[in-house]
Amino acid sequence: MNMTAVKSIYIFEMARFFRTITQSFVSPVLSTSLYFVVFGAAIGSRIQEVEGVSYGAFIVPGLIMLSVMTQATANASFGIYFPKFIGTIYELLSAPVSFLEIVAGYVGAAATKAMFIGVIILVTAFFFVDIQIAHPFAMIAFLVLTCVSFALLGFIIGIWAGNFEQLQLIPLLVITPLVFLGGSFYSITMLPPIWQTITLFNPVVYLISGFRWSFFGTADVGIGISLFAIALFTGICLAVIWWIFKTGWRIRQ
Amino acid sequence: MSSIVSVQNLRKSYAGGFEALKGCNLEIEEGEILALLGPNGAGKTTLISTICGITVPTSGIITVGGHDTQTDFRAARNLIGLVPQEINLEPFETVMNTVRFSRGLFGKPRDDAYLEKVLNQLSLGDKKDNKIMTLSGGMKRRVLIAKALSHEPRVLFLDEPTAGVDVELRKDMWEVVAGLKASGVTIILTTHYIEEAEAIADRVGVINKGEILLVQEKSDLMAQMGQKQLQIDLTEPTEDIPAALNSYALSRSDDGLKLTYSYDTKGDRTGITTLLNDLQRAGLQMADIQTKQNSLEDIFVGLVREEK
Repeated sequence: MNMTAVKSIYIFEMARFFRTITQSFVSPVLSTSLYFVVFGAAIGSRIQEVEGVSYGAFIVPGLIMLSVMTQATANASFGIYFPKFIGTIYELLSAPVSFLEIVAGYVGAAATKAMFIGVIILVTAFFFVDIQIAHPFAMIAFLVLTCVSFALLGFIIGIWAGNFEQLQLIPLLVITPLVFLGGSFYSITMLPPIWQTITLFNPVVYLISGFRWSFFGTADVGIGISLFAIALFTGICLAVIWWIFKTGWRIRQ
Repeated sequence: MSSIVSVQNLRKSYAGGFEALKGCNLEIEEGEILALLGPNGAGKTTLISTICGITVPTSGIITVGGHDTQTDFRAARNLIGLVPQEINLEPFETVMNTVRFSRGLFGKPRDDAYLEKVLNQLSLGDKKDNKIMTLSGGMKRRVLIAKALSHEPRVLFLDEPTAGVDVELRKDMWEVVAGLKASGVTIILTTHYIEEAEAIADRVGVINKGEILLVQEKSDLMAQMGQKQLQIDLTEPTEDIPAALNSYALSRSDDGLKLTYSYDTKGDRTGITTLLNDLQRAGLQMADIQTKQNSLEDIFVGLVREEK
């Protein structure tokens, strides 16, 4: 295992993040604050408690998940797409590194960036609402797993994308709707029965539900199922990436 | 001398059926400079990319330092530095960080002193903290070389290092290459500039349409180029060549105004003086004379044309 290479990729990618540190920090803080103003104060004051939690607090896990999933995907997809776009990928392909090392470096950096943003949002949330974390270790575990799995998904998108438009396509058309419809801002028990069933096909439901459980101790679906869902998602992404490097799809002719 | 890079029966075809390499064989000796000459689309870059691991061969065996590039890719690639044809660099990073990244990718521990030495050699020492986007084209090309040298490779591939580079920088680049050779690095460069091969290579390979047509010591090639022609322009056309001049094997142009004499500059006697005397004696009036030398270009163009 070429750990020096993993470290080099990680450091190089993190440098990109720190170059734009203001945007990286200000934008999630600002958007979270806006969500709290709109949903928490303006609308939330007219909504009764959801599952025994004030609406403002209820949306915190969903808000964190929303940002973490989109950021992990966006960072990882851009991280690997950019070298492809500017041509520096030749270096990765001619270096003595295996696919595992390349993935570890890029996905590790993207997941770390998403983690940063997740934590910032959580800290921001403390200023607006009163929240307690029932299972802190489970919360961290869910956060890490979500960051990693969506960074893996982003990596696949970055390899697949042939232009900047395609790079935005899946996050815009698939991930954002799934996250919004996955119970970020509501409990799925609030939906009509038929939609409750349909929603269960949305993988994001399990992630948000599990994450919310770590805060409030209540969930839409069982915590075991949530864990299984995220493990399955991570496994599928890993398998796809393994296949990509095995066949050289879109990277090595 | 042992081969540091060995290519055996290398083939590469693409999905569309296009065959970029049609069974190439190549042995590169340690410490030499090999120039691969060929027109655009000849397969030069594909050959290099395949040796370096960017392209997967369809069949054939490549070893670098005795390590198979497929089964033992880490050991093989550790020995190789690659300078690509296009300027592919991360524009927003500094020179030093970019070079450091390259070294790290090859699993070498951080060694800024060594990297600064490399940058100084390439006259980039004072630019090490500059962002790449602020550098000129020539400097960017040097950064690519610095990156390729960052992990102390034993074999350096330069893919058209002087394409689109001005004359002065080209000379600089040749000096850099000569310096690298002196430090024991084996260098393979592709080019379509013949004078480049002539100026710096030990051996010259000619590649066209995915086949290596010849690989020869440059000095042997130069010997072939020792052939010169003396062209004599006459004031009045001559119907045929006078019998007195038979021993010179002159060739006559169709209009009878030009006579051409071939001779070897490396021979003891070129025969030019006696020829000129004999011409005068035969009563032929000379209007002008000129000499022409076979160049690597003639040989190259000849080879490539034969192919067609």
